[in-house]
Amino acid sequence: MPRLSYLKALNRALGDEMDADESVFVMGEDMNFALTNVTAGFLQRFGPQRVLEMPLSEQGFTNFATGAAMAGRRPVVEFQIPFLLLLVFEQITNQANKFRLMSGGQTSVPVTYLMPASGVRTGWGAQHSDQPYSLFAHMGVKTVMPATPTDAYGLLITAIRDDDPVIFFGPLACMGVREDVDYADLLPIPLGEARLHRSGTDVTVVAVGQLVHDAIAVADELAGEVSVEVFDPRTIYPFDWAALAESLQRTGRLVVFDDGNRFAGLGAEVLATAAEQMHLVAAPRRISRPDAAIVGASPDLDAGLLPTRQQLTSAISAVLKG
Amino acid sequence: MTECQDIELEQSRRDSLYRTIRLIRRFEERCLDLVKSGDLVSGIHPCIGQEAVATGVAAALDGEDIMFSSHRGHGHFLAKGSDPSTFLAELLGRANGIDRGRGGSFHPSDFTRNIYNATGTVGHSAAIAAGAAWSVAQAGTGQVVTCFFGDGAVSQGALLEGFNLASLWRLPVIYICENNQYATSLPVGAAVAGTITGRGEAFGIPSVTVDGQDVEVVLAAMTGAVRRARAGDGPTLIEADTYRYFGHHTFEFKVRLDYRSEDELARWRCRDPLEIAAGRVSPQVRSEIDADVEAVLDEAVRFALDGARLDPADAQEYTYTTGPQPRAGAL
Ligand SMILES: Cc1ncc(C[n+]2csc(CCOP(=O)(O)OP(=O)(O)O)c2C)c(N)n1
Repeated sequence: MPRLSYLKALNRALGDEMDADESVFVMGEDMNFALTNVTAGFLQRFGPQRVLEMPLSEQGFTNFATGAAMAGRRPVVEFQIPFLLLLVFEQITNQANKFRLMSGGQTSVPVTYLMPASGVRTGWGAQHSDQPYSLFAHMGVKTVMPATPTDAYGLLITAIRDDDPVIFFGPLACMGVREDVDYADLLPIPLGEARLHRSGTDVTVVAVGQLVHDAIAVADELAGEVSVEVFDPRTIYPFDWAALAESLQRTGRLVVFDDGNRFAGLGAEVLATAAEQMHLVAAPRRISRPDAAIVGASPDLDAGLLPTRQQLTSAISAVLKG
Repeated sequence: MTECQDIELEQSRRDSLYRTIRLIRRFEERCLDLVKSGDLVSGIHPCIGQEAVATGVAAALDGEDIMFSSHRGHGHFLAKGSDPSTFLAELLGRANGIDRGRGGSFHPSDFTRNIYNATGTVGHSAAIAAGAAWSVAQAGTGQVVTCFFGDGAVSQGALLEGFNLASLWRLPVIYICENNQYATSLPVGAAVAGTITGRGEAFGIPSVTVDGQDVEVVLAAMTGAVRRARAGDGPTLIEADTYRYFGHHTFEFKVRLDYRSEDELARWRCRDPLEIAAGRVSPQVRSEIDADVEAVLDEAVRFALDGARLDPADAQEYTYTTGPQPRAGAL
């Protein structure tokens, strides 16, 4: 069986969709040399009319994608660094994502924003290491963050086919993750469907992005002692609340393992919703970056800011006691 | 420079240009009444005084051509043929409005007339329009895209990014800057270093300043720009010198901002686009058109005021094309 890396899955998904649908095209910086490798080989394969080399003009080209989408195309806009999404936060949340409603349903804006290296780049400094998925979810933009190559493939296909703006976060720490897969098994995955990586009966761990792999490792470590259910929402917004309710029905205990900042983050939302509406027998916990986290200058300092397996293990024992 | 040739218009076209200007003027005056009566809750950004720009621009276009409007956009819609009744109902936020009450006065769209929208983020339609122009150029449809903005927008970086992309790829887009001399209370001279056309020229875009009070002058400039765009020769920037007779927004009737002199207002009113266009039609035709416009607007006001109110339970309808039902704000 072929070994598929996360990065190769993105390349494959995008290439398959461009083959299948003429209206799909990709745009971004350093496309001609496929700097991020997501579009490796595309220029030869699809030509410069479908692989658009963009100047360093993020606000302009994000709006450009909106216009191209309203006029019938399906743009995939690649961003190299997470903070660029902050530069175009307005163009995505206040423009592209509102135009359907503002038109009373006359138009749709089917753009995919592909962020293939989100999260910490050790040593790259404070401005290159954010993980802003909660911000977009807060504004109601469809947001996915798959953890595995198969999920990355399936969710990128779905994001491109979706008629609304979708942001795809591919954590940098997942890019090298590999999986044995039969290519024939690669299928689109619906938005808003969680995946259970481990079933368990004692505690539900909701983990996202690269933290899914840490959560799996912790669950395996604790196997025999504690039965941990590893719940990967895969889509941040819309969140699969039904599946979470079902999981908590079984376990009654919840820990969220979130790579975003603490204040008003994904962890806060999941805890609040579980507390309001779901079955809990113990106070839930969340592990996140601290409030106001500025990460990425030195590996030593990063250790004080990033969620760890050890924190997860302690949180699990705390909710078991609680 | 763009070609700005003199065109000798047939009388029927002159009549029709006058009719559109009259329609916009009276539509806006009706809106002012509806703002005063409390029926048009948002207030409006009145375009009275600027009607010749929208009219001259739209007259050079085909129905299929795409338009991006602005917050001061009622004239753009009417000139491109939007139905005054459903358009007015939209401004009143009624169910029978063009956007089912979701666009309102500041951000409407009318896809039956290929008016894609009027984004509220000043200046940002320039790059959105470039993207739409790229799509239609790729598809070879022959459509051109027009994009309106004010003098305030030319200080917005995203607008200049749009100019760059449009010129780099010779896209069929025509930028129309309605220089009405103020961005809210800020005079253009206090905001713009260099010139507005200089912004276009810096990107290699042929740019011209025209008298925006004379509809035929605007039409002539547009005719050349449309020809260039359809021929694949790229974008044009037209700066139309114009003036708004009323406040930036109707809230000014209350706050009474004082940034323009009576003298200045009087000078511009001497060059009223309505009277300039009226001077080219016979008195008899003028009174026929005026009567016809009143009848259309009587009907529009009736239609809009009769429109059903929207149900608060539907406030999030149309948020997404497919998928999530947003959760309610209270359980
Ligand atoms: C980017 C941005 N900044 C500020 C505003 C608030 N605002 C709305 S209209 C306006 C003035 C715009 O002036 P101009 O572009 O000259 O157009 P005009 O109103 O004169 O037609 C301002 C400041 C906005 N909507 N968007």
